[in-house]
Amino acid sequence: MLSPADLDTLWLTFKVASLSTFLLLLIGTPVAWWLARTQSPAKGFINALVSLPLVLPPTVLGFYLLILMGPNGALGKITNTLGLGTLSFTFAGLVIASVLYSLPFVVQPLQTAFNGIAQQTIEAAATLRASPLNTFLSVVLPLSKSGFLTAGILGFTHTVGEFGVVLMIGGNIPDKTRVVSVQIYNHVEALEYTQAHWLAGCLLAFSFSVLLVLYTVLKTPPQVQQLK
Amino acid sequence: MPTLPARFKLAFENFALDVDLQLPSTGVTVLFGPSGSGKTTLLRCIAGLEKAPVGYFEIKGQCWQDSTKKHFIPTHQRNLGYVFQEANLFPHLSVMGNLQFGVKRQTYSTVNSSDFQEIIDLLGIEHLLNRKPDRLSGGEKQRVVIARAILLKPDLLLMDEPLAALDQQRKQEILPFLIRLHQHLSIPVIYVTHSQAEVAQLADTLVVMQAGKVVAHGNLTDTFNRIDLPFAQDKGASSVWQGTLSSHETNYHLSCVAINDNALSLPLITAPIGTNLRIQIYARDVSITLAAPAATSILNILPAVVKEIKADNKGQCTVFLKVGQQTLLAHITQKSAQLLNLRPELAVYVQIKGTSLLG
Repeated sequence: MLSPADLDTLWLTFKVASLSTFLLLLIGTPVAWWLARTQSPAKGFINALVSLPLVLPPTVLGFYLLILMGPNGALGKITNTLGLGTLSFTFAGLVIASVLYSLPFVVQPLQTAFNGIAQQTIEAAATLRASPLNTFLSVVLPLSKSGFLTAGILGFTHTVGEFGVVLMIGGNIPDKTRVVSVQIYNHVEALEYTQAHWLAGCLLAFSFSVLLVLYTVLKTPPQVQQLK
Repeated sequence: MPTLPARFKLAFENFALDVDLQLPSTGVTVLFGPSGSGKTTLLRCIAGLEKAPVGYFEIKGQCWQDSTKKHFIPTHQRNLGYVFQEANLFPHLSVMGNLQFGVKRQTYSTVNSSDFQEIIDLLGIEHLLNRKPDRLSGGEKQRVVIARAILLKPDLLLMDEPLAALDQQRKQEILPFLIRLHQHLSIPVIYVTHSQAEVAQLADTLVVMQAGKVVAHGNLTDTFNRIDLPFAQDKGASSVWQGTLSSHETNYHLSCVAINDNALSLPLITAPIGTNLRIQIYARDVSITLAAPAATSILNILPAVVKEIKADNKGQCTVFLKVGQQTLLAHITQKSAQLLNLRPELAVYVQIKGTSLLG
């Protein structure tokens, strides 16, 4: 059975993943829209930057974030000056890291969805009195519904599954940064295989059902490249 | 009559638009030219979809762009209707939803239910209202798009090759709607095409463009019949005349159309006397004689004066003639031209073998 500590990690994981997904959609939408529409020479650079977590070992990303958030890092100095202390080994730090880590999993499906909307459709809306914001809300959003669903699900599940980054910047603090993947690792280290089975089984069932929904309900399931 | 000043200068990598036009504030102005001549770019500049660095456009006392004052009204705030080449209906909305899209967003809409019904009837789309766009044929889509644009009661209707994406049969299906529409609308229409047939059928004013510049501009009959324009040398070259239905010869199934001082006999036209008509005469259907032919089966023989002759390198030549006030193009062989010793200012007779009625 799941112990209270295991349940805590599940709850914490859910909180991190939900908040990260919300922030990812908030940040990812304008980034993806810009990437889908711009002809700026900076497009390639931004694209590469956003996609970096796809290929970078999570420990590398975690290491740099640890430095950045630490008392001598740029971000750490800012948060210290603001009286917030350093973000490493905190819940907030974990969320920031998750957002960076899962960004391509949200931006890419959105970008694909936005690319599928013809420029002429946007222009047609403008000739029909729709302001740019109104066009986005009443034409772009409904036409990229499946892109948003894919982005949300991939962002959430990918955050649930993160391990390397968490270990590097979050550590293993109960109720603060100890997420499911870390807890499984703890159980295995302590040779508590039954406990590990329970948690691993939960994640397996969760991940599979999400993908099942994705591939059976959605008309355009995400590509392998987006799933990595 | 007030005109719409349209001045735009815009440069792309390998193309530059440079126009300075006074467009008429009524009727259909057709922008004609080969692809890449800048017709669509000009239309997009007028709509504000393209922001020309140097530009001026004004309609009904309202200035849409004045680059000297850094004044630019964005497209969604301009009271215009725009029909794109590809019918781009919103796929997530029904036909009804598409029709209402613009009306709902107008700050001040004057469309009432009888206007709505009238436009739906005019374009014959009543039976499509509840369908989704993916269940419409190409011609039906284009009719819905046109209805969606004119429901806004725009001050200006811009149409970018609305028939180009359709096959010949669909074109023939839509053209009558367009002709009816243009008779029905009192607003200026700017219509882009590279089809001579559409020019002859729809234009009141013709603007001929080439490489980003206006090469000819004027009323249809004067501009269309000019020998120096790309139309004249074309195999399907034709002249367009405007006339009035003057009488019927019902026993012969013929109608008489008065064109200034001249008259033409045409197959019986079922329209009231006094109706304004547009007649197309193909240059290949015009032959030239020096004396009035005494015995011939051809009914339409008119005195004319040769104005200009232009030979091609395939043994053919285009003859530009004046028939009273009208201009006329004839395609004959170079041998005939030589045998008749055709030269400018020579008085001749033209025999018109066939005519077709437009609109």
